[in-house]
Amino acid sequence: MKMLGLSNKDTRFLLIVIALTLLTPIILQPFPEGSSLAQFNAGYPDLMQRFAIFGIFAIGFNILFGLTGYLSFGHAAFLGVGSYSVVWMYKLLGYNVVPGILLAIVVSGLFALLIGFISLRRSGIYFSILTLAFAQMSYNLAYSVLTPLTNGETGLQVYTNDAQVLMGAGAPNSPHFFGIVMNESSKLNLGGWEFTFNNGYYFCAIVAILVFYLSLRIFRSPFGLMLRAIKTNQTRLNYTGLNARPYTLAAFVISGMYAGLAGALMASMDPLAGAERMQWTASGEVVLMTILGGAGTLMGPILGAGFIKYFENIFSKINDQVLHGWFAFLPDGLENFIIGVSHFFVGKSWHLTLGLLFMLVVIFLPGGLVEGGQRIARAFRNRKSKDDGAQARTQPAE
Amino acid sequence: MSKSNFTRRGLLKTGAVSGAGLALPTIFTSAASAFTNEPTGGTVTLGFNVPQTGPYADEGLDELRAQELAVEHLNGMGDGGMLNTFSSQALEGNGILGKKVQFVTGDTQTKSDAARASAKSMIEKDGVTMINGGSSSGVAIAVQGLCQEAGIIFMAGLTHSNDTTGKDRKANGFRHFFNGYMSGAALGPVLKNAYGTDRRAYHLTADYTWGWTQQESIQASTEAIGWETVNNVLTPVGAGDFSSYITPVLNSGADVLILNHYGGDMVNSLTQAVQFGLRDAQANGKDFEIVVPLYSELMAAGAGENIKGVYGSMNWNWQLSDAGTQAFVKSFGEKYGRPPSNSAHTCYVQTLLYADAVTRAGSFNPCAVAEALEGFEFDGLGNGPTLYRAEDHQCFKDVLVMKGAENPTTEYDTLEIVEQTPVEQVMYEPNHPMFGGDEASLGECNDGA
Repeated sequence: MKMLGLSNKDTRFLLIVIALTLLTPIILQPFPEGSSLAQFNAGYPDLMQRFAIFGIFAIGFNILFGLTGYLSFGHAAFLGVGSYSVVWMYKLLGYNVVPGILLAIVVSGLFALLIGFISLRRSGIYFSILTLAFAQMSYNLAYSVLTPLTNGETGLQVYTNDAQVLMGAGAPNSPHFFGIVMNESSKLNLGGWEFTFNNGYYFCAIVAILVFYLSLRIFRSPFGLMLRAIKTNQTRLNYTGLNARPYTLAAFVISGMYAGLAGALMASMDPLAGAERMQWTASGEVVLMTILGGAGTLMGPILGAGFIKYFENIFSKINDQVLHGWFAFLPDGLENFIIGVSHFFVGKSWHLTLGLLFMLVVIFLPGGLVEGGQRIARAFRNRKSKDDGAQARTQPAE
Repeated sequence: MSKSNFTRRGLLKTGAVSGAGLALPTIFTSAASAFTNEPTGGTVTLGFNVPQTGPYADEGLDELRAQELAVEHLNGMGDGGMLNTFSSQALEGNGILGKKVQFVTGDTQTKSDAARASAKSMIEKDGVTMINGGSSSGVAIAVQGLCQEAGIIFMAGLTHSNDTTGKDRKANGFRHFFNGYMSGAALGPVLKNAYGTDRRAYHLTADYTWGWTQQESIQASTEAIGWETVNNVLTPVGAGDFSSYITPVLNSGADVLILNHYGGDMVNSLTQAVQFGLRDAQANGKDFEIVVPLYSELMAAGAGENIKGVYGSMNWNWQLSDAGTQAFVKSFGEKYGRPPSNSAHTCYVQTLLYADAVTRAGSFNPCAVAEALEGFEFDGLGNGPTLYRAEDHQCFKDVLVMKGAENPTTEYDTLEIVEQTPVEQVMYEPNHPMFGGDEASLGECNDGA
């Protein structure tokens, strides 16, 4: 089956991704409400939206880092620019997200062009430091100097006395896509399970599928091949008479636009843009996501994004109270011991757990979670082919 | 190179399937409750959203202790704390409206984005009816906005910026803590008595919303007592090293340094100012003085010896002698072995005030709760007679002017109370220009229905 200019294998891959994305509200809600494991359910709108949005962010980052090998430490700047664009459109025009998202992509593209034009004159660590410097500069500008434009620390938000010239009388009073209000959901109760189907999540999911398809096409295109060539050996490429910079700049701008789109979607789900979205920790986070999932693979960054966001939102909420609830059946001494130990890995210490897992992945699975998946798949396939082989050997003897 | 193979049959199929897919959600039951997260079972869940990591983590953890204690008292465990001294006796120690109180916690990381993410998960996943917390004005304002949109009540914790109940005030948000304007109004007369009317002030100000509003307030009140403002220098947040900002102070012609810093920044800037010999210096023929407008116990502990004799203001202090304070300090001390900080106090009180308002309103509906809180006058919660003003949802009560103790006996009494500034002196009009003027409005109460 071939579709939309993709090979058989890629079509199947895309269909799997589409199915997974659309069924997320069900997949992430494996435990019934009220059970003690319901704590681990992640199928609530905000987190699902974050999965999709940071997935987009990481897919875009991967086009730059995974294909060309240029490690940017400043992608959060584009995320922030995207968010600010959208909130300004809310303030000036109205709550429809479309103008904001378009503006965000354009503005972050231009911003990426400027930063990329300067930073790409250097490669390796110098490039990373330059992008980091630009992002940190943008953060500090947004945090204090440009307060009239960004509302500083408090974050840009919509006030009742804003212009909103395109807002009709009956228009929804929160972000919407031509009347489809982002924060509205329908709920489905099945037995003990409760599934939430949120408009905002599906909006993000459809955008994510579109940009995933785009990135798939880029990966398979001659342009993608050229980017891989830059990663493999840029010096050799230069000797063949090719100027690599237009290609790297194009990749930088594309991934900047992806980041801008992700930022725009963040503000589309939650009409507020804060400066710390641009801080270097946010830039570092997308690097972690990409490496954790598997840099240079299509699916890796999305997995990495999901993994980190899951930890941030689920593990950080397990407090001592919850632990006591789980281990209450144990004798007191043992209970307190277990809680004392787990105390260092959940709740406010979720960073530690994430750090340990990150180390394990980097040491044992240098190709990220995707490599882990491939190894498991290979192990199964090997066993299967061994069985086949055994049969094949025995059959002729019969 | 792309090859498309759309067929009529394929198109029809896809159309039918996607049509069915789009129609599917309409058969689902949509939420039929009267307002967001209406508690239906035998329990009600409250959300405590505090910084557990980052620069204000110490304050956040102390807030969390107090919130846990409040839940215990509401559920009738422990000695009841301030429930016994509270002027409104609606709460009976059987939960809220007979429902047992549960709570969930989250980490704001002192970042607006993270705070909103954690608050959203409380609202969407855990079904909370109220969020309490915040240890930075930016975070508090961001979460307050979110609660307004979602249709639940926000009870602000430690947030001192004028904006929280000023230009960013919201119908679903309430603040018990005092603010920059009140600090200025309370400190003015004390500074006049201590240092006279002929002084020249030099401000170092944290370069963000809270720093600016506080600096503006302090400048206004010191200029009202005849002081002159020499200069106001903005310093980046989390700078760590303030020496380059402090060096020019001595030669600037100023004789008072006002540090509009908080948390780790205040500890560093004060320590460095003292190390540079500012406290022993003479300027304009007078002793050089330092003022820290917003104090907290945890900052005082961090700055150690350096705060001796330095003036500042606080919302509440455990050394007060009224019955409410004593009851609270006793039960907090018995549980945790230390006196509570003023951020812990404000979170404890806010949780009780919410529970009381729900009980008096007879409903968890945020609009009913807001109505019960608006204009509510109460006593016995440690600050003396207090009013929750209806126009901006700000509490009005006495403000404490504090001074670094000369001879502290334990690590907890490094600050001493200089004066309890009466509430009349720190009152202001709801449309005061520092609070957004006439344009500021609470908007409509939102119950999410």
